[in-house]
Amino acid sequence: MHVRVEDVPRRVAVRRRRWGEKLLEGCLAVCASVAVLTTAGIVAVLIFETAAFFRVVSIWEFLTDTQWTPLFVEKHFGILPLATGTLLTTGIALSVALPVGILAAIYLSEYCPEGLRRALKPALEVLAGIPTVVYGYFALLFVTPLLRQFIPSIAGLNALSAGLVMGVMIIPTIASLSDDALYVVPRSLREAAYALGASRRQVVLGVVVPAARSGILSALLLGISRAIGETMIVAIAAGMNPRLTLNPLVPIETMTAYIVQVSLGDTPTGSIEFRTIFAVGFALFLATLVFNVFSYAYARRFRETYR
Amino acid sequence: MNLATQGTPVGEPYVVEPSEPVAVEVQALSVWYRSFQALADVSFSIPRHRITAVIGPSGCGKSTFIRCLNRMNDLIPEFRMTGDIRLEGARIYEMDPTEVRRRVGMVFQKPNPFPKSIWENIAWGLRINGRRHDLAESVERALRRAALWDEVKDKLHMPATSLSGGQQQRLCIARVLAVEPEVLLLDEPTSSLDPIATARIEDLLIELKDRYTIVIVTHNIQQAARISDYAAFFYLGRLIEFQKTEDLFTRPRCSMTEAYITGRFG
Repeated sequence: MHVRVEDVPRRVAVRRRRWGEKLLEGCLAVCASVAVLTTAGIVAVLIFETAAFFRVVSIWEFLTDTQWTPLFVEKHFGILPLATGTLLTTGIALSVALPVGILAAIYLSEYCPEGLRRALKPALEVLAGIPTVVYGYFALLFVTPLLRQFIPSIAGLNALSAGLVMGVMIIPTIASLSDDALYVVPRSLREAAYALGASRRQVVLGVVVPAARSGILSALLLGISRAIGETMIVAIAAGMNPRLTLNPLVPIETMTAYIVQVSLGDTPTGSIEFRTIFAVGFALFLATLVFNVFSYAYARRFRETYR
Repeated sequence: MNLATQGTPVGEPYVVEPSEPVAVEVQALSVWYRSFQALADVSFSIPRHRITAVIGPSGCGKSTFIRCLNRMNDLIPEFRMTGDIRLEGARIYEMDPTEVRRRVGMVFQKPNPFPKSIWENIAWGLRINGRRHDLAESVERALRRAALWDEVKDKLHMPATSLSGGQQQRLCIARVLAVEPEVLLLDEPTSSLDPIATARIEDLLIELKDRYTIVIVTHNIQQAARISDYAAFFYLGRLIEFQKTEDLFTRPRCSMTEAYITGRFG
């Protein structure tokens, strides 16, 4: 049966359209606010539970005590061991990812032929999509035994192996974003440099990289933020021993790994032991937030430079 | 209007050999980008310490032409050429390209200062060419030659992008002059500038021609008439006419040249 638009009385059609519009608009608004509401909810829970935690434990103790033993009889609530754990693995990861990522980006953007770049870029992004649990077992079952060949004293669970693999994990992030930053440096700047008698190396290191520096910095900060928040690799390969050390050869525990440990265990909800994970989570949230904000700010500054 | 049927047939350009010392000799230069021929059989001599203007309508090959003179086209993978270009007698396509570009400096259509300070913009070119001593004096000398020193001497460490368009273009000229080239190529250097900034650059070029051989591409016929000593008219990738500017503008030999300079096309 055919119903032509003209057959429907006009006012009804208009009203229906208005309702349809409203309904659609409402649906879209709900979808758009899901992310915002979730974030707000998470932050609210974090703040609420963290506040409850700090009613029992002083902030001073949290920040200065050098032991973290909330699950033991003699409880200590010093975040320093967990923070150094995170710092250590992130530092090791960066020492791998920073040079490799940036040099890879320079190769991709400035040296490799256009066809190869088109093949390598998506490959890098696939690497970024590997589940981190795979990286975690790779660290535990491949990298650690490999390291033992050279460092016999290394423990089965250690910061070095987890940090190195985490570095490999964030290489794609740093390389791909830095490559984007280098690639959009205008041709006119390269030409100006070549026209002064510069060699390719001088053009790249003297003009292109400095011109892309805020974009590269933004990529680095995002990489750091990912390394700080990375959970699976460190939970599997770095151990669960919160200790205040910068020795990469012994088991340690990062902030994220501690949250996993408590979440998987039988710690009763509402207890102070349970609330520790919110306090740690809140500290973690603040740390990654700071890096993300700076990363975003630098990325924006970079875009403004070349608009 | 059918240009091909007018006056001197294509293939017989009117080219005058300058009666003064020559800096750059171009012989039978042809250029292709992949299969597209951008220049066909261009031959003429560019006199030393004179301003030579390269004029012609858009797409006539004038930019391609001057980018051959400092081997800038080498950066384009599809570029291919035949013929010969000699700088003071030496074949530039047999020299190290960085050496060619140091001796033949280039200023581009849009001011393109590096995103560094004013001082660094000039010092960088000096450093990469191994001139590390007396940097401050060399920077000052280059800025003075480009008639920019008085305007920037108190803010040498400000970013170059904070300058006005005309100042940026003079900075680009200073940056090139600092490495002391013999030849200065300018590819429509005033096309993005206002008339006052344009006049300053034109005055500057006239001052500079005592020391440098200048080749300027321009789509502004009046500009060519105002500042150049010699003029080359290109059309569809061919050199149509080359002689003293005065003669080219008052007694053009080819009707196509005449049509272009009187504004009948272009």
